[in-house]
Amino acid sequence: MTAVLSIQDLHVTIGRGARAANVLRGVSLEVQPGEVRGLVGESGAGKSMLGRAVLGLLPADAWIGKGGIAFAGRDFLTLPERERRDLLGRQIALIPQDPMTSLNPVKRVGDQIARVLQRHLALSRRQALQRATELLAEVAIRDPQRVLGLYPYEISGGMRQRVLIAMAFGCDPSLIIADEPTTALDVTVQRQVLQLIERLRERRGAAILFVTHDLGVVAKICRTMTVMHAGRVLEDGETADVLTRPRHAYTRALLAATPRADRPADALRPVPPALIESLWSEAHRLDRLSIVGRT
Amino acid sequence: MSDILLSTGSLTFAYPERASGLFGRPVLREVVKRVDLAVPKGSVLGLVGESGSGKTTLGRLLVRLLRPTSGGIQFDGVEIGGLSEAELRPLRSRIQMIFQDPQSSLNPRLRLGVTLTRPLQIFGRLKGRRDQRDRAASLLDLVGLPTHFVDRYPHELSGGQRQRAGIARALALEPDFIVADEIVSGLDVSTQAHILLLIKELRQRLGVTMVFISHDLSVIRVLCDDVAILQHGEVVEAGPVARIFEHPQHAYTQNLLSSIPLPDVEPGWLDPARDVSIPRNQGSAA
Repeated sequence: MTAVLSIQDLHVTIGRGARAANVLRGVSLEVQPGEVRGLVGESGAGKSMLGRAVLGLLPADAWIGKGGIAFAGRDFLTLPERERRDLLGRQIALIPQDPMTSLNPVKRVGDQIARVLQRHLALSRRQALQRATELLAEVAIRDPQRVLGLYPYEISGGMRQRVLIAMAFGCDPSLIIADEPTTALDVTVQRQVLQLIERLRERRGAAILFVTHDLGVVAKICRTMTVMHAGRVLEDGETADVLTRPRHAYTRALLAATPRADRPADALRPVPPALIESLWSEAHRLDRLSIVGRT
Repeated sequence: MSDILLSTGSLTFAYPERASGLFGRPVLREVVKRVDLAVPKGSVLGLVGESGSGKTTLGRLLVRLLRPTSGGIQFDGVEIGGLSEAELRPLRSRIQMIFQDPQSSLNPRLRLGVTLTRPLQIFGRLKGRRDQRDRAASLLDLVGLPTHFVDRYPHELSGGQRQRAGIARALALEPDFIVADEIVSGLDVSTQAHILLLIKELRQRLGVTMVFISHDLSVIRVLCDDVAILQHGEVVEAGPVARIFEHPQHAYTQNLLSSIPLPDVEPGWLDPARDVSIPRNQGSAA
């Protein structure tokens, strides 16, 4: 089986010369068709940067020094711009983190969904709006006809996130990058949104790279997971194995530092600062060894 | 009762909301509704709720940044709900608040040494320049920051360090009572655990009484003795943390607890049929 997404030894650096900072230091991972893979790490781990690299949405001053990204066996980095644009939104979709700022505030919800469908599926406007209605119904929005005519500010945060999910699944992509899609939501709404993503995934068969800092969310929705720190992969495997028998000290430390509602207070162990320091010095040692980052 | 430091009686806050239509009469919208709380001396009460539950408004009432619409707040035997700003002033040094976002609650143009001792200066408790530096250094030390940070600006600190500075400032006047509003929500897990343990240590060392506001039930469990669950401005359930978490009585509490994704693989958790109840769509921003 060809992986939907295959990332090999990816190095990404921001800036050049003396101000260059490496953000990805040789990341390799694969996502198989229909797989939900959690990409876990704390801020600065490079997990969002990896998602953006896959989408071709790296910041202007970031550059790929080494490595490759292949989508369904095709080299994504050497793909002509036109073909890449056809893939994005159609075969590779994004569920963004922030439902407040990811929708255009001056356009009605219906127009925004319809536009994506028209662009990629060659639908007429009328067909696209019809399809948008079905999509909203599928993400459990009651009265989809009415919501299509509303502006983003007129609907709640949970509902906005559902609209974005509807847009992501709209063209039946084979890969979805979900970048902290439930982080801004209340816990009860988060559960509904996770249920929704899982139901749509089952029905439509997309693979998902699920970027999150929340080990609980990974445990519930991801079959496999990759743990990142300082732009490196420290551990990956089946979620059930990684959470019950973590091999890397950092994974163990993260689990011990996560407060749990089902355990009394004294179970909490903060991540030892010495561990974080040694991980960073290892990362910086790698920087010195590689040519990447000094050019 | 003498061992209760702070209590509220039927505490209510409403703000006028513009009615529909240009000439509509404004209606009062109650966001905190008849809340009764009692916080024993030296204990930590957790206030939990989702966005729009009124937890931040309630916190601001407790430190009297807001004036109650009706009902009362008793602090150490004194009714403070209706006090004027001038009458409150002597009490202000005993009641402090730690804010969610230290980035915006620390003045970016002042060095930490100045920011941390500003409360002392306002209450006339500083004896000159030298004293200011010493006091700032010992406050930094108290929250586990290096004492040479007195000369640092907030932007030179990491998120966790800034939150420590926010805590240090709240401690400057040695208050009896602190309201902490979502002070660990923006932090990474590793930083968060350090701040939670710092708060636990400080309450033991200083005996300070706290109200700890959070949307995160796991954090409440780690830190608090008692918890009050808020929904739409009302306390739906309150009691000792262990009892509420292990035997929740109210349907809303049960739903909240079962919605927490614990870091354990649990097939069926995403099965919609297992929902305790479907809550109505919540409001958006906090």
